[in-house]
Amino acid sequence: MALAGSTAMWWARLWCRCPAAAPLCLPPWLPPWLPAGPVACERPYSSRGEGKLDMSTYPVESIRNFSIIAHVDHGKSTLADRLLEITGTIAKTGRNKQVLDKLQVERERGITVKAQSASLFYSHEGVNYLLNLIDTPGHVDFSYEVSRSLSACQGVILVVDANEDIQAQTVANFYLAFEAQLAIIPVINKIDLKNADPERVEKQIEKLFDIPVDECVRISAKQGTNVEKVLQKVIEKIPPPHCNTADPLKALVFDSTFDHYRGVIANIALFGGEIQKGYKIVSAHTKKKYEVNEVGILTPNEQPTHKLYAGQVGYLIAGMKEVTEAQIGDTLFLYKQPVEPLPGFKSAKPMVFAGMYPVDQTEYNNLKSALERLTLNDSSVTVHRDSSLALGAGWRLGFLGLLHMEVFNQRLEQEYNMSVILTVPTVPYKAILSSAKLIKEYGKAEITIISPAQFPDKLSVSEYLEPTVLGTIVTPHEYIGKIIALCQDRRAVQKDMLYIDERRVMLKYLFPLNEIVVDFYDALKSLSSGYASFDYEDAGYQAADLIKMDILLNGNPVEELATIIHNDKAYATGKFLCERLKDAIPRQLFEIAIQAAIGKKIIARETLKAYRKNVVAKCYGGDITRRMKLLKRQAEGKKLMRKIGNVEVPRDAFIRVLKRQPDK
Amino acid sequence: SPLCPQWPYCRKRCSYCSFNTYVVPAADEAAVRACLAREARTLLRLGRVQSVTSVFFGGGTPSLASPGTIAAVLEAVAGAAHLPADAEVTLEANPSSAGTPRLACFRAAGVNRLSIGVQSLDDAELRLLGREHTAAEARAAVEVARGLFPGRTSIDLLFGLPGQSRGAWARGLEAALGLCDDHVSLYQLTLERGTALAAQVWGGALPAPPQDLLADMYQTARAALVAAGFRHYEVSNFARKGALSAHNLSYWRAEQYIGVGPGAHGRFVPWGEGGCRREARVQTLEPNAWMREVQRQGHGTRRWVVLSLLEQLEEVLALGLRTDEGVTRERWGRFSPDLSLEAVFGAPGEARALQQQGWLVLDGSGLRCTREGLAVLDSLLPGLLCQLQHR
Repeated sequence: MALAGSTAMWWARLWCRCPAAAPLCLPPWLPPWLPAGPVACERPYSSRGEGKLDMSTYPVESIRNFSIIAHVDHGKSTLADRLLEITGTIAKTGRNKQVLDKLQVERERGITVKAQSASLFYSHEGVNYLLNLIDTPGHVDFSYEVSRSLSACQGVILVVDANEDIQAQTVANFYLAFEAQLAIIPVINKIDLKNADPERVEKQIEKLFDIPVDECVRISAKQGTNVEKVLQKVIEKIPPPHCNTADPLKALVFDSTFDHYRGVIANIALFGGEIQKGYKIVSAHTKKKYEVNEVGILTPNEQPTHKLYAGQVGYLIAGMKEVTEAQIGDTLFLYKQPVEPLPGFKSAKPMVFAGMYPVDQTEYNNLKSALERLTLNDSSVTVHRDSSLALGAGWRLGFLGLLHMEVFNQRLEQEYNMSVILTVPTVPYKAILSSAKLIKEYGKAEITIISPAQFPDKLSVSEYLEPTVLGTIVTPHEYIGKIIALCQDRRAVQKDMLYIDERRVMLKYLFPLNEIVVDFYDALKSLSSGYASFDYEDAGYQAADLIKMDILLNGNPVEELATIIHNDKAYATGKFLCERLKDAIPRQLFEIAIQAAIGKKIIARETLKAYRKNVVAKCYGGDITRRMKLLKRQAEGKKLMRKIGNVEVPRDAFIRVLKRQPDK
Repeated sequence: SPLCPQWPYCRKRCSYCSFNTYVVPAADEAAVRACLAREARTLLRLGRVQSVTSVFFGGGTPSLASPGTIAAVLEAVAGAAHLPADAEVTLEANPSSAGTPRLACFRAAGVNRLSIGVQSLDDAELRLLGREHTAAEARAAVEVARGLFPGRTSIDLLFGLPGQSRGAWARGLEAALGLCDDHVSLYQLTLERGTALAAQVWGGALPAPPQDLLADMYQTARAALVAAGFRHYEVSNFARKGALSAHNLSYWRAEQYIGVGPGAHGRFVPWGEGGCRREARVQTLEPNAWMREVQRQGHGTRRWVVLSLLEQLEEVLALGLRTDEGVTRERWGRFSPDLSLEAVFGAPGEARALQQQGWLVLDGSGLRCTREGLAVLDSLLPGLLCQLQHR
């Protein structure tokens, strides 16, 4: 599931974790008053000393705030490395290669889970500029964060691999930037490779994004070719932020991290005013008041400054104890000087839910503390305690998307050595209630349904709604037939189809989210031999013919296996679940009917025949000890069985049915 | 007490066998004989056994031992305890080591019952099982044995072989019924880990017999043997004219017994060492190590574990329910004077549900399986054990 863009995992964390290396990497600052080239280096300490930077020498006109966006492996992190080297932010050692993707999961998947930022100092035509490179998380699962990060920018560098063509994520990224009305600098990367065809990619960009061919910058980030030109374009094409230091303070929180010693560190972009230690500030979202302890810029480690001024980007520490206090998209203002909050704030909205249980219940507390530690830095995961008769105590977790879920799970395994049972993911459905009684009960007419147990009966509902996404698929044209068939099978509606050039096609489909949460991406990759790319964005809710399907064992419903599905999929899903259960439940003394039912209507059935003979043939003196051990183990196991009616279901049967199939 | 001496050697290992057997070029028979005799004496004394009610020579292939060895062990037994003249003395015999003169010598040594490992009357099946003998040799051996041990010859048969059809089994059964005496042991082939046959089946080289086919084969055999006048007195054992194996019946009745020889198991109270509770005892597995121990200390007991009352009752239940008489009230009462069968299994719970569903019967004589229940006993026992543990 590598839907994502390769990105630098930023320096700040790397440096924090290896302080011994820090002196080597200390940025040789380019003093703003020196019209020197990029290699000049002397720290711009202020006259007041204390080792703090004076940011007042960078007026709004000299500031450029931008992001790099790219499809996975198109060279985003390498370009970022070079920009940092050229501006003297990190030393040129030849070793600045993938060193920034710190987490194992990020290296393996080529994604950024947490965005970071860096301020670069660069002199061009006699003017000293402050270039703030604001990283974005590398996947649409995090599109809300991406859009917040982008809202702190005035422009983006859109990187496309000259050997790989435009991909689905390139398209998605472009539109995010386009809709945010940002300046876009197209960069064709990896031109040094043998199969590079920058001309073709430029034509695709022209056709798809309406950007003239001559605006593209051809570079090799790896070799440093033309990277300087990219910086010049950033200065020429990206406008400075529109804001004024004389205005009241207005700061956007576009990211936050948690530090065990200092609490929450919020990354902020100033849309007005200035901020410094001792200021009293208020969160527009929580209305909580804080006193600023420290402000600074990210270089990319935290570098304290006296102040931050309108247009600048940096960090703030103000005694916030939890990341939820510095929610992404929130606006900070001065106490008693409220401002209109920046638009677009919303709390993280989970789109995919899954049950998480310890493999062994004795691991519950360890898993609990691992979850707590991991969510400290990821406020977008929602955690609700849950318990299942079959799987024991656990949680129902909400994730921004599939990749987010997988990354979270992988981090649990890799960073906390926790092995968990993750159930098949589901999506949040909605129901518009028609029953006055229920409306009164819920206090509203539209309810969100996370678990099948909450599914209201059709009679008291005027309409069910399901979440949808707009999916973008970019594929070589020979796979179109198969891909269209796959999309139709997933109840998707075609919205657009465009030949990017004579070989590549872009398809846009409106998908019900639940149709892609389990295995869509794998299916797409396998039928296109890995060539098709996929990306999606939230597209709201649509009416859907939803039903609740029960699984019955000899007529008794199995609570854990009830599912909400679309009517059209009920038969196939019911059949599949019955078949899997048949393989997972051992034969018993009586026949077991395994049925899928909608209300009273049975739509699928499997029959597990009764045991007719299982008595061991030989049992004499010598065997008894071994035999008794086995019987006693079975007797113990019997106590752990989940009894549904008179049917005994071993716990691992549920696991086998409910668990996601990792490589199906 | 019954006594079961083990002869640990075979000429060849069968493809399905996972017993503690050894294929050696030449066993030091004199030494083994002396050790078997010595260990029998030691253990009989340890258990303060007054009377040995039956002896069962198992193995291995005890018919490979010389009749003199059998005689020596029996003499040792008779020297250490009372061995009644009519005590059942069984020898397990392979058709390939059961010629007339040899069997006559065994009889002269004191053997009065023979259990012949026929296994199949089909040459292809015998080859699959890795047996040394042919169907014709098996027939001949049974004929000879019946002549020498009339009414006291048993045959072992296997069913559920990979690839065996219902028809093939029915034919084999018919042939066996034409050949047999008054006792038949009928075993469903169990694939044991570590055997050549299991490796072939689990590796996919041979087909695994379907569950339902095995059940059909069992029912077919039960019906055919009962029709031929046999009493189905234990899961795998059938007898007519009262020819039940007294020795094996005492296992299933959870009586105490003494195991002698490499890897032999025993269940008895070692009064001679001051013990007062029944122990589960296992002799050293490897023959040479076992012999050294016997020579040094008179016996080769490797492990002994005191059985709690609960453990003894669990065995009474698991073994007794294999028989048609079940667990009698009298026997249960001997182990558990305070807690009656009725109190444990008559109370509401799993056992009562199983009675209502027709798998078990609890009545004046005791607790036993119904005809249907016997075939699925292994599904009944865990629930019954749970119920017993919670009393």
